[in-house]
Amino acid sequence: MASINGTGPDHRPALSRRERREEKKRLSYYTASQWQLVWWRFRRHKAAMAGAVVLLAIAISGIFAEFFAPYTPTERDTSYVQGAPQIPMFWDQNGFSFQPFIHGTRTERDPRTLRQVSVPDPDTRIYIRFFVRGEAYDWMGLVRSDLHLFGAAEGQVHLFGTDDLGRDVFSRTLYASRTSLSIGFLGVMVAFFMALMIGGIAGYSGGAVDYGIQRVTEVIRVIPIIPLYMGLAAAFPSDWTNTQVYFAMSMVFGLVGWPTLARRIRGHLLTQRNEDYVLAARLAGAKPRRIISKHLLPSFTSYIIVDLVISFPYMILSETALSFIGLGLRPPTVSWGVMLQDAQNIRTIEQMPWLFLPAAFVVIAVLAFTVLGDGLRDAADPYSVSKGRG
Amino acid sequence: MTGAPLIEVEDLNVHFPITARGLIRRTTGLVRAVDGVTFTIHQGETLGLVGESGSGKTTAGRAILKAVPLSGGEIRFHRPDGVVDLVTLGGERLRRFRRHMQLIFQDPYASLNPRMTVRDIIAEPLEVNNPGLTKEEINDRVRETAALCRLNLEHLRRFPHAFSGGQRQRICIARALVSRPDFVVCDESVSALDVSIQADIINLLMDLQQQLGLTYLFIAHDLSVVAQISTRVAVMYVGRLVELAPTKSLFARPMHPYTRALMSAVPSIDPDKGFDPEELAGEIPNPANPPPGCRFNTRCPFAQERCRSDVPEWREIAPGHLVACHFAEELATDPRPANSPDSISEARP
Repeated sequence: MASINGTGPDHRPALSRRERREEKKRLSYYTASQWQLVWWRFRRHKAAMAGAVVLLAIAISGIFAEFFAPYTPTERDTSYVQGAPQIPMFWDQNGFSFQPFIHGTRTERDPRTLRQVSVPDPDTRIYIRFFVRGEAYDWMGLVRSDLHLFGAAEGQVHLFGTDDLGRDVFSRTLYASRTSLSIGFLGVMVAFFMALMIGGIAGYSGGAVDYGIQRVTEVIRVIPIIPLYMGLAAAFPSDWTNTQVYFAMSMVFGLVGWPTLARRIRGHLLTQRNEDYVLAARLAGAKPRRIISKHLLPSFTSYIIVDLVISFPYMILSETALSFIGLGLRPPTVSWGVMLQDAQNIRTIEQMPWLFLPAAFVVIAVLAFTVLGDGLRDAADPYSVSKGRG
Repeated sequence: MTGAPLIEVEDLNVHFPITARGLIRRTTGLVRAVDGVTFTIHQGETLGLVGESGSGKTTAGRAILKAVPLSGGEIRFHRPDGVVDLVTLGGERLRRFRRHMQLIFQDPYASLNPRMTVRDIIAEPLEVNNPGLTKEEINDRVRETAALCRLNLEHLRRFPHAFSGGQRQRICIARALVSRPDFVVCDESVSALDVSIQADIINLLMDLQQQLGLTYLFIAHDLSVVAQISTRVAVMYVGRLVELAPTKSLFARPMHPYTRALMSAVPSIDPDKGFDPEELAGEIPNPANPPPGCRFNTRCPFAQERCRSDVPEWREIAPGHLVACHFAEELATDPRPANSPDSISEARP
């Protein structure tokens, strides 16, 4: 029997350890599935890996905001209103400490504006403790606890400072990440579902159906998005609860976002439908359902994931933009856009620049999604290289 | 070696409409990819089908397998339990019949799903046609066929990206043969491979034909490959057959001027023989707008007035030797030497 690549298991000369390791690597490449190949290629893309880690961190801290945030988004620290960020330290003029601490504060009156301000008192130390018991919470109605990742030994610690009412900006930002990411996620899912149905029908049937659907898609694509959002958002009844507005907004994002995705799904279907291996399956006697599920769908799932990741930032930005101009979510819900609404005026820029910190999260999240999408796009088709290897 | 007819093709037509895209689709013309082709394939033989790119040979092969919509003609498939009319066969009955006829593709890269293991690729025809088989039975038959196709059984767990062109083509052959078809269309199945591997695959195909009693329609543009494997050879030009004859007789005495030109373009292995191909003037005509009369008349060095007006009849000029040329008899006595089939197949390394 003709041996392929000459890698039969028997009658091999003794191999050195290094040779054996390389042999093993080669064999695992041969039996690697598509997802393993995608992962191997993705891993080489350092920026995308970093993006993935950052996103994962934001997502996890958002999902478990109750645990990672020291306080609830509405809890007020009346002794530290409009307070600046407090950065944990390990040493000050009084010496070194293994446990991080912040300085205590005392209230003074600003000699020029006569405003009450909290200023750090370098002679008092408030130590930061980990896994402290704080305010009780109810995580997704599943876990009841009062454990927080960190907190101050006495008083409160505000990593990102506090706002006008003395609410902890850091805690609020974490809760806001949850709202903003989940509204984006819901929007992407709605868009994806519609795109899969509409693009799938267009791509699979082709012909007149495809033609008709494409024209409708084009009409929807040319509608300018911001006025449409504004119109739809203004149409929400004012007595809707925040939950209703939340779901309505993700529906709107989904309904506006599907045309691009639908086009891409249609395009993938049209190209894959004419591949030789699809014809081979048809000639083997496979039924359409098997061809779609075993050959067509797996051939573009990786591309679909890329498209989803890339359309994510648009959803987040839309939410932020709408909430920022006051048409989206409203307090007491916290989202990045709602938080930035507080940072609209010149007084904030002048006196409380830390209220802009949620904007940094928006920028970081959008950048991370873009870089991640880039890396995934490069890795999505692992066969483009192996095809050339022969 | 050759026996009763297995497949009879009569007046086969495949026309593709040319549509103008606009608000409403209009058909503005027809590409006559296959236009009135008639031939018979006998049980156990290999019929070679040669022609230039665009001559319609791939379309003809796929039309017989009902992989492209037919515009007319008849295809009869002889089975032990009777004759099956492939033209009227459709839907579920066609799907079930497909296991008797298979296709081996030209491009071994595009024809294997990169997301399936070799085992799954070869098993697919069994799984879709025999839902009653257990996994063990399928595995046994996959292993048996893979061994027949000289595949290493160790490699069934691998994915196609682990293999080179020749190995991939063996996987394609195994997939085509696992359902034990009677008839296999090899569509340029060795054209994409290195010459040394071509010989390998051709030998494999010939061995398998012996062992499994297969009948091949072997489509190629390389005459030396066709000479090696075919029992008979058909020559196609712009959608029509121009000549069909047993391999030896076609290569010894090509009757159609187009066949002669093709033959002379094959380099000989004998360095003393010289290489002096008959050059054809002009380009292959557009199949959407073929010339009237004989389709070869625009390039034929012997073309007369009659060739430009009358379509030549498809006639048997010698036993088993069919040709479509008004002047085949006169040309057959033309003193110019033709290649012998042996010298052509020797041209292969």
